Amino acid sequence: MEVALYSLPFLLKGAVVTLWVSAIVASCSLLLGVLLGTLACYAPAPIRWAITLYCDTVRGIPVPVLILTVYYAVPLLLGFPINNYADAILALTVFTTAQVTEIARGAIQSIHFGQIEAGKAIGLGFWPRVLYVVFPQAIRRFLPPWVNNLTDVVKGSALISLVGIVELMLQIKQVAGRIYVPMPVYIAGTIIYFLINYSLSSASRKLEGRFAHIRE
Amino acid sequence: MTYHINYNFVWLYFDKFYWGLLLSLELAAISILIGAVGGLMLALVYVDGPRWARRLVAAYVEFIRNQPLLLLVYFVFYGVPTVGGFKYGPTVSFIITLSIYSAAYLVEIFRAGLDAVPKGQIDAGKAIGLTPRQRLLHVRLPTMFRVTLPALGNQFVSLFKDTSFAYVIAVPELTYAASWLGANKFRIFEGLSVAAPMYLVVCTIMFAILRRLERRYAVRR
Repeated sequence: MEVALYSLPFLLKGAVVTLWVSAIVASCSLLLGVLLGTLACYAPAPIRWAITLYCDTVRGIPVPVLILTVYYAVPLLLGFPINNYADAILALTVFTTAQVTEIARGAIQSIHFGQIEAGKAIGLGFWPRVLYVVFPQAIRRFLPPWVNNLTDVVKGSALISLVGIVELMLQIKQVAGRIYVPMPVYIAGTIIYFLINYSLSSASRKLEGRFAHIRE
Repeated sequence: MTYHINYNFVWLYFDKFYWGLLLSLELAAISILIGAVGGLMLALVYVDGPRWARRLVAAYVEFIRNQPLLLLVYFVFYGVPTVGGFKYGPTVSFIITLSIYSAAYLVEIFRAGLDAVPKGQIDAGKAIGLTPRQRLLHVRLPTMFRVTLPALGNQFVSLFKDTSFAYVIAVPELTYAASWLGANKFRIFEGLSVAAPMYLVVCTIMFAILRRLERRYAVRR
């Protein structure tokens, strides 16, 4: 107990970093993912293939390998070293964007084709059809899985400890290594992760319940 | 910054990658086997068991699913032996971790599968005089497996990918080969850029096989 109390300030400091990183990754991947998801539905075929290729590639590579590869590849491609926080966040964004793209694509494609035809029938152009007919309906199918995906972002952020960013995971490991009584520290760590992720996943379930009546 | 990409060491030590890939596949197979047995039992407890047992299973599933796998790997390898008074090697430790982790995900899949068995089938089993045990073995489980096949397949591929977490505790699997190359020959990028396509190819083959299996056995709805 004493050990857990001693470690708590360090762990909370780490949790703040975890939350910050997750928030940045979540917002970047939301923007990019929705854009790519929309393109995956409406863009010309070559762009659609490229997006599918990107998503399938990310899906076929383990997350640690993906994050390490992007982390080490970015400075090589740029030709100069960049801030390691930015690099780690970029790596995590590459992974999360693929997931958000799939969610957005699924949400948009789940809207019945008749809705778009109805839009055409009343003389709406392409953009009004997408913005006023498809999106308002798709967002209800997008939100619950997206909020659930946020838990994957938080869990994924533990991986940037592998490249030396001191977030919750690395704080846990460092404190545990420092005091030689690792168990209480690890338990405290699991509790913090549980609290963060459980609140997110129950929010997702609540959202799903709220939108459930709209399903045909 | 001058970094010259050089794959010589990768080819020199390629046996590490090759054996690493085989170990990854082994780890995934063993873990999903243990995880599937455990997950199936827990799912049966959840569906048929008393209320307190149901709560316990739900708590286990909810807890594990909300943890990053990395933390669980450290927890089992560095944490548990200090209070348990026993020792195990990294490979055993990782198999335990991945089994516990996969069981939590498989419970959900099996539970949904058991729920999806049509009530009429179970009633039909009752009508021809099958005991509850026979109903489970000959009616519920076969249907459940066919219903859950796609989800099971995806879970297996995702577990195979999760074996890459083992490198953090020095289990010599595929990712470890890449990180070894980084630590000893300063060729981490080259190592990773070979390991990643290897994972990709294996996952793609797995998905192709699974799609074929699904076409043969899965229940069409």
